[in-house]
Amino acid sequence: MSLKVAVEKRFESFALDVTFDAPTPGVVALFGPSGCGKSMTINIIAGLLVPDRGKISLDDGVLLDTARQVAVAAERRGIGYVFQDARLFPHLNVASNLKYAQRRARRAPYVSLERVLSLLDLEPLLERRVHQLSGGERQRVAIGRALLSQPRLLLLDEPLAALDRERREEVLPYLETLRDQLSIPMIYVSHQFDEVLRLATDIVLMQSGKVAAEGSITQMSLDPKLRALIGPDAVGAVLDGTVIGEDAASRLVRVRVGDGEIRVEAALLAAGTRLRVQLLARDVIVSTRAPQYLSVRNSLQGVVTSVEDDGEGSDLIAIDIGAGASILARVTHAATRELAVANGIPVWALIKAVSLRGHSFPAPSPASASRPPLARGTAT
Amino acid sequence: MQPWILPTHQEITALELSLNVALRSVVFSLPPAILVAWVLTRGRFLGKTLLDAVVHLPLVLPPVAVGYILLLLFGTRGPIGGWLDRSFGIVLIFTRNGAALATAVMSFPLMVRAIRISLENVDRGLEDAARTLGAGPFDRFISVTLPLMLPGLLAGAITAFSAALGEFGAVITFVSNIPGETQTLPLALYSALQEPGGEHAAARLAVMSVVLGLGGLLLSEWFARRVRRVLGR
Repeated sequence: MSLKVAVEKRFESFALDVTFDAPTPGVVALFGPSGCGKSMTINIIAGLLVPDRGKISLDDGVLLDTARQVAVAAERRGIGYVFQDARLFPHLNVASNLKYAQRRARRAPYVSLERVLSLLDLEPLLERRVHQLSGGERQRVAIGRALLSQPRLLLLDEPLAALDRERREEVLPYLETLRDQLSIPMIYVSHQFDEVLRLATDIVLMQSGKVAAEGSITQMSLDPKLRALIGPDAVGAVLDGTVIGEDAASRLVRVRVGDGEIRVEAALLAAGTRLRVQLLARDVIVSTRAPQYLSVRNSLQGVVTSVEDDGEGSDLIAIDIGAGASILARVTHAATRELAVANGIPVWALIKAVSLRGHSFPAPSPASASRPPLARGTAT
Repeated sequence: MQPWILPTHQEITALELSLNVALRSVVFSLPPAILVAWVLTRGRFLGKTLLDAVVHLPLVLPPVAVGYILLLLFGTRGPIGGWLDRSFGIVLIFTRNGAALATAVMSFPLMVRAIRISLENVDRGLEDAARTLGAGPFDRFISVTLPLMLPGLLAGAITAFSAALGEFGAVITFVSNIPGETQTLPLALYSALQEPGGEHAAARLAVMSVVLGLGGLLLSEWFARRVRRVLGR
């Protein structure tokens, strides 16, 4: 099942020409710089904006096909939308805002009001008026309202962009809960890579009205176009690891990535739990010999698959660590020369001690088992 | 002999008639005013400028001219008045219904203007949000647009009501000045001034007009404030 989008729309000074295919359920991040057409794209998916030409289908239903003059009205698409500015109805209180959506739902309910209230902690807010809510609370209500329309797809247009850092941290866990507990497909528009890392399963990278690249977050983390966008310090491989168990001596969690193993600081997770880790390229050291006498405990063995200038005065070395996984290391030109790093040579990647900034997850429910939770940051 | 400060029976009748006529003119012109304001704000069609001009015509024409045009159209021999008389037995000329029509026509542009401004201030984004929640066009209008327009709508209605209370030229031209039937407050005031010794009557009627007008304005302000508080603005 998937969401298929292929639309074109021309303006005087901007042309949108977007084609992508997103798996459902899943969280697809529509990622790109401001003004690249992300919001326009989801407005077209929602039906709020009509493209000049194109086709949109969700699972087995056609929502738009300009060639066949099919255009399902926005109110009949069954697509929920969480706007950047929440857009709660100011003449209604929180409870009435939620009921507004509930009453107009066009599908048999799969999320009850009680479930939404508990998932998003909305109970204490019910009697409040919209202007008495904080920014974060507003977004939580907006998310709840969108869910109660029982959508087949949930669009989120930078729902955290209007919030300060603290409020973002307050809302993000709720979004993670939705992803893990309801198997509702989501399209998440953002230009904040850390949000994408925490929430998304796939990335559609947009640049000036076009899709520049798309793929799973693991593939995309190695993509040069994405690297160019997020800046050298955020570059790093995202890996789907599997928890092996706890290292008795160090109390760290052992995680299998590729053919190797790293140890991370995380709440104890059941063996077999899938865990997403990010190894920042700047935190990876390359050695052409087996490491000895070093304080760094995490090392992965692999083979160099590419060496390229990152345009910032360093080389970015891609290392295949087996089982289809690759990691990136940032190394100075001088080091590359001295070590004679080249394609095909075996190397050891040493992952520097960096504390884990991410969060731990409970054991995934069956519905979300295919989507590994993310532990942002690097290994210890 | 009653004290001069107390209004006479005829003056009370004029006051009641004024309120009755103004109320009916507002109630009946409100729905078309909303429709016209909607069309002028949101519509895109040929002749929009012309419609805009026609709606505003009573504001720039001498009221007597408006009364005269109404007389031509709605008189018993006029195209509309004749038809109403033949088909439904409705006679507007020289009746309080006619007075209500004349005041409605005169205050219509005021109402449309106020409603238009409030409609322009409604956040279209909220209507889009309602759409994504499954609300169709009519549903959106009733459940989102109208409540958000309410402050402007009420202000417009109250302003139109106050203006309707004071309408003179169009009313006297169209339905004449018949005590008990079409003699509203301003008409009674005018008559009082025409009679020798009518100063006391004129003063009483003027005071009534001031109290009514002021009351209307205060009510409108109070209401607007209340609604703003509810909406958190």
